[in-house]
Amino acid sequence: MAKAKGRVTIDGDRCKGCELCTRVCPVQIVVMDSKRINMKGFHPAMVTDMDKCIGCANCATMCPDTVIKVEREFN
Amino acid sequence: MMKTVFDRTKGLTSATMHYCPGCTHGIVHRLVAEVLEELDVLDRSIMVAPVGCSTFIYDYLNCDAQQAAHGRAPAVATGIKRVRPESVVFTYQGDGDLASIGTAEIVHAAMRGERITVIFVNNAIYGMTGGQMAPTTLAGQKASTAPLGRDKSHHGMPIRISEMLATLDSARFIERVSVHDPAHIRKAKSAIKKAFENQISGDGFSMVEVLSTCPTNWRMTPVEALGWLKDNMIPYYPLGNIRNPKEVG
Repeated sequence: MAKAKGRVTIDGDRCKGCELCTRVCPVQIVVMDSKRINMKGFHPAMVTDMDKCIGCANCATMCPDTVIKVEREFN
Repeated sequence: MMKTVFDRTKGLTSATMHYCPGCTHGIVHRLVAEVLEELDVLDRSIMVAPVGCSTFIYDYLNCDAQQAAHGRAPAVATGIKRVRPESVVFTYQGDGDLASIGTAEIVHAAMRGERITVIFVNNAIYGMTGGQMAPTTLAGQKASTAPLGRDKSHHGMPIRISEMLATLDSARFIERVSVHDPAHIRKAKSAIKKAFENQISGDGFSMVEVLSTCPTNWRMTPVEALGWLKDNMIPYYPLGNIRNPKEVG
């Protein structure tokens, strides 16, 4: 079975840096961007390796501020 | 072809929520908004906002709203539902609002079997006013008014509102859920959906108690707070359906 492929878009300026999304990613590709500070003054969430994303939407489900959009490839 | 599997629901406004980072109010707001959109009742829904951090829910959900005096949301919702029975009327209340100053209102709304939906967010503390002990604060849990922790010999044991209301014959549906991980969030959403479907089909009082966190006043990181909820709150406030007589009996 081909692996599911997903894509995550994070609205970095609305992120409050709570880190809840980073703990629920099954492939551990969501981390806090320690090199960036957003408009609110937080390190926003980012994805390290989008090729690994399976589009499970766990990160978006956990996000209290609904800043994450998830797409998945369907064949 | 890429298909969107998760996007911001139309049930939420574009406003940025004022809640502290990691506050689970944001998750519960979104679940209610998604359910109202899925049931296609946003244009005939009226929420009754509480007093507490979540007062500002009227800025975040895309439906009509009325703000009630502290604890009185079920009484206000009763009036709205009786005058406008075609509307979908719900209250959104925290534990300081519902389980303390508003205990009389919630008990009697449930006793009368009012056809309203109640979303009860229990995070075992007063959030907005600065972390004081609530009736739902766990034994041993520290609060600004109980710096050594809740002492059961002095303050008694916390109240289980859902179990108490489940003794009332006119309460139609009561379930306790949690939002500490994605699987439980999905379960919470289906309970909230059921609570609204009951109202739409004309059944009586429905309430969903959502176990939540308050990282700021619990003095924890948001991630630690979710772990604390799972390890400490769920053993005292067990999850699951507490009352659904139609399906059980």
